[in-house]
Amino acid sequence: MRILTCVKRVPAPGAKIVVTADGQSIDTNMLGFAVSPHEECAAEEAIQQIEQHGGSSTVMTLGPGEAEEQLRTVISVGINEAVLLTTDGSDWDPMATARALTAAIQEIEASDGPFDMIFFGNESADSGGYQVGIRVARALGRPMVTGIKGVDVADGKVTARRDTPTGSEVYELPLPAVLGIKEGINLPRYPTLKGRLGAKKVEIKVMDAAHQESGQSMVTLAAPPSQETPTEILGHGADAAPAVVDVLEEIGAL
Amino acid sequence: MSDLPSSAKVVVVGAGIVGNAVVKHLAALGWTNILQIDKGPLPNPGGSTGHASNFIFPVDHNKEMAMLTLDSQRQYEEMGVNTFSGGIEVARTEERMEEFRRRMTSAKAWGIDSEMLTPDQVKEKVPFIDETVLVGGWYCPSVSVVDSLQAGTLMRQYALDKGALSISPVTEVLNIKVEDGQVAGVETDKGYVVAEHVVIACGVWSPRIAEMAGATIPLTPAVHQMIDVGPIEVLQETNNEIGYPIVRDMDTFCYERQTGGSMEVGSYAHRPIFHHPNTIPSIEASRLSPTELPLTEDDFDPQLEQAIELMPMLGDAEIKYGINGLLSLTPDAMPLVGESVEVRNLWSCAAIWIKEGPGTGKAIAEWMTYGYPEIDPHASDVSRFYESQRSEEHILDRCAEHFNKTYGIVHPREQWASRRDLHMSSLHERTSALGAVFFEAGKWERPHWYESNEGLLEKYAGQLPEAREHEWDSRWWSPIQNAEHLAMRDSVGMVDLTAFAMFDVTGPGAVDYMNHMTVNQVDRPIGSGIYTPLLNELGGFRSDLTVLRMGDDHYRVVTGGFDGPRDSYWFQKWLPVDGSVTFEDITDQVCTVGVWGPNARKLVEKVADGDVSNDAFPYGKVREMNIGGVAVTMLRISYVGELGWEITCAMEDGPALWDALWEAGQEFGVAPIGAGVYGTSGRLEKGYRLMGAELESEYNPVEAGLARPRVKSADFIGKAAYLKARDEEVAAQVCTLTVESHRSSSGVSRQMMGGNEPILTLDGERILDSHGRVSRVTSAGMGPSVGRYLLLAYLPPEHAVEGTDLQVMYQNELFPVKVARVGSQPLFDPDDDRMKV
Repeated sequence: MRILTCVKRVPAPGAKIVVTADGQSIDTNMLGFAVSPHEECAAEEAIQQIEQHGGSSTVMTLGPGEAEEQLRTVISVGINEAVLLTTDGSDWDPMATARALTAAIQEIEASDGPFDMIFFGNESADSGGYQVGIRVARALGRPMVTGIKGVDVADGKVTARRDTPTGSEVYELPLPAVLGIKEGINLPRYPTLKGRLGAKKVEIKVMDAAHQESGQSMVTLAAPPSQETPTEILGHGADAAPAVVDVLEEIGAL
Repeated sequence: MSDLPSSAKVVVVGAGIVGNAVVKHLAALGWTNILQIDKGPLPNPGGSTGHASNFIFPVDHNKEMAMLTLDSQRQYEEMGVNTFSGGIEVARTEERMEEFRRRMTSAKAWGIDSEMLTPDQVKEKVPFIDETVLVGGWYCPSVSVVDSLQAGTLMRQYALDKGALSISPVTEVLNIKVEDGQVAGVETDKGYVVAEHVVIACGVWSPRIAEMAGATIPLTPAVHQMIDVGPIEVLQETNNEIGYPIVRDMDTFCYERQTGGSMEVGSYAHRPIFHHPNTIPSIEASRLSPTELPLTEDDFDPQLEQAIELMPMLGDAEIKYGINGLLSLTPDAMPLVGESVEVRNLWSCAAIWIKEGPGTGKAIAEWMTYGYPEIDPHASDVSRFYESQRSEEHILDRCAEHFNKTYGIVHPREQWASRRDLHMSSLHERTSALGAVFFEAGKWERPHWYESNEGLLEKYAGQLPEAREHEWDSRWWSPIQNAEHLAMRDSVGMVDLTAFAMFDVTGPGAVDYMNHMTVNQVDRPIGSGIYTPLLNELGGFRSDLTVLRMGDDHYRVVTGGFDGPRDSYWFQKWLPVDGSVTFEDITDQVCTVGVWGPNARKLVEKVADGDVSNDAFPYGKVREMNIGGVAVTMLRISYVGELGWEITCAMEDGPALWDALWEAGQEFGVAPIGAGVYGTSGRLEKGYRLMGAELESEYNPVEAGLARPRVKSADFIGKAAYLKARDEEVAAQVCTLTVESHRSSSGVSRQMMGGNEPILTLDGERILDSHGRVSRVTSAGMGPSVGRYLLLAYLPPEHAVEGTDLQVMYQNELFPVKVARVGSQPLFDPDDDRMKV
């Protein structure tokens, strides 16, 4: 089996993002970069599927040269091969990104054979457009479902599960198929020391990505107003008990 | 916790290990109305303490650092947050094993148990090590890990329980108000606090806070990378935070330290990575904390391979966490403690690591309370830098140079490579042409020996000591130094003394002011040169220097190049507020040539336009003359025990002065003489003490053998303590010891460095005086004219007896020594006939 996982280099989530004064970019001086959490899980899922069924896994990203760092991170946990579609570092919208990925996938498949499954993260951690995977799937003419939290491959078909507020939905897709993987499907492993060192030696296939005109462009970036969480100290020690009871009653916990 | 008060006796900025130690010890010493603020939340406000590795290797070659560390470890132990894990430094090279022998020696000096290990013995203690990559190890059972956050909480609680402290976390300092050069208050985002004192104890942010007051704290935030790998079964099985000794893989500049079921691997091997205090992210913009920046993995990768080499089990362990942790680095790798030079009552307590945190907090609390701490802090004193050494360029270049020496083998005489040739005497062209090899003295380039004197090696072949056989002992040293020494004693030599720091003190209040600063009477006739100690309030040495009475209301202070900035701060701190005294630092405006030797008078009288006979110009006098067309100030004095003068002129006149003297000296075979003679062999033969070596605040003039028979009536700083010391039985005295055999067990001759080598009894026991101070070598060097290798050391009365046989430990071997002189009596020319002729 051959599985491709597509990932995106994003600022490591978890900290307030600082927008530069001109509103055109974010201050990356002190930021670490990562692959989006959904994609970390997608890569882990690819590794586990290959461990189960045999075959090989590939990771692909479109981004600046620095995105090699994310590819090697993914390789260090067990993905076999990596493809970097280099850009000039400018921001590509979902349409342009999907076109470039599609072209690259078609080129690779022409020489190496088709991917049985292509995994995307459900959405990227930075722009969160929810689009690229679907656009690629459609361009390739393959079925896709998103929000996937369970993958089971058997008899040339993949059974994919996604959670809904009331239960879960289970889809059966013929291979080749495209899945949008959601965080929580698995617990991604950390790289081992040997994995990290081995990843440094893997040759990354670099392909030029051609930017095609597309409909969306960035006007300006703005940080949303920070959400204040007001806190109130209800008291100290035993004296605080009545106030705590009042609050619990107020929210209907008592 | 409480609201921000409107005023405080002292505001402590920072609630890391240092700030917490400061509030505890201030409270312990009776301070009240202490306010502690931090921009982060408690108990972990996000500074370097929060991600520290929290281990303590107590042995340090530097006495000050060793004492601060041992005191800190005692404090952690008292708080119940110290766990002795033991620690092993492993060697992959023979050179490192030699460094471990030096470690053994320092450990002995400070009374710390340690032992050398074979690779197999390392393996016994740490079974998961591949001992085949090792040459050996050094084991210290009292290495420990501490809980620095819990320690901080306990120390704050101590001050809270005493009712001495209020704390305001999540409070950011916006400005420090200064009035008349003194701290007035602190502006925060929660309001203004009137304050008498401010202590800056906020680690990597300290320069930024100091700048608000117009002060400098010369440090840079720097990256120390570490990763946490695991879980690892063998570690989990210990069921312990730490069950195996901490391993420092010294030759790869890395350590492996168990934390529960994981192993923390930390590195000082990567390229230096510095940040600016103003660009450290805010708490909100930090994924982990402001001082836990994202790991730049490429920098760490080489260490992964080395870690696997040493501990193969790490290869399959997962990297769970990795950071570019920020810590503080300073230009000389020592902390920054004491009152700022720019603003009174603004205190720095920065660039301090976990291992010395509580001890340093105690030291500054003592400093603020008594005027000086118990442990001599001269190497940590924030006032030790020349202005140019406070620049960002200097900080970054020097930190870049020493970062990778954190686990390096640093020779005691080792010279800096960066930021050189920036401060040169006007004599530099002349001395360079003579093949001067320059060492750094303070900020100055100072000739240490002259290659042009190589011919003297042949001339004095019969009188020179045996060659130094060990590379370590002969590093940053030349046999030419001994030949220069003999040439000077034979005829005459010229010494570039431009590195002297000089201050002019003038004004109607000058006499009273100077007499208040100095131990010895300086209200002497115009034209007098007066040697005098300066004491701190506790009666220990603050400085020793020469004061020249230039006029009724005019003194010139001459002090050592290494001591210039600290002395400049000290003199200015005590200037009367009424403006009756003016202080001017003239160091950069003047240069000085020393001319010494039996032919010095014959040389000088050829070119000086005044009478330099002994009657007209006796020892200890100052005269203004003209030499070679240059106006000079001459002081008849000597640090090398010979007839001669320190001759000072305007910096730009230096070459003309040098040329005149040089030419006049040709008929006497004048030799250029380096600081190797001036600072070591010449002075040691005369038993002259050196500030920072024999002279430090832990000792007083009586012990140093520098007390005069009478005490002046004028009051001076430290007088009460000095009078008391004179009445007490002396606890230790500086002695001159001779090395009786240099032969090591391998048959190779060894020469001690004067780097705190312990003096031991014939039974191999350490020698402690009644105050608990250990006898150790404070200075060491050849005395070519007495034909003996000389050591200076303080000895208690029972050992301070001429002829007593003792031992010195050097590189973990014992060498026999003999007490040759007690007190200030020198071995060479004891009656000073040569100087006073």
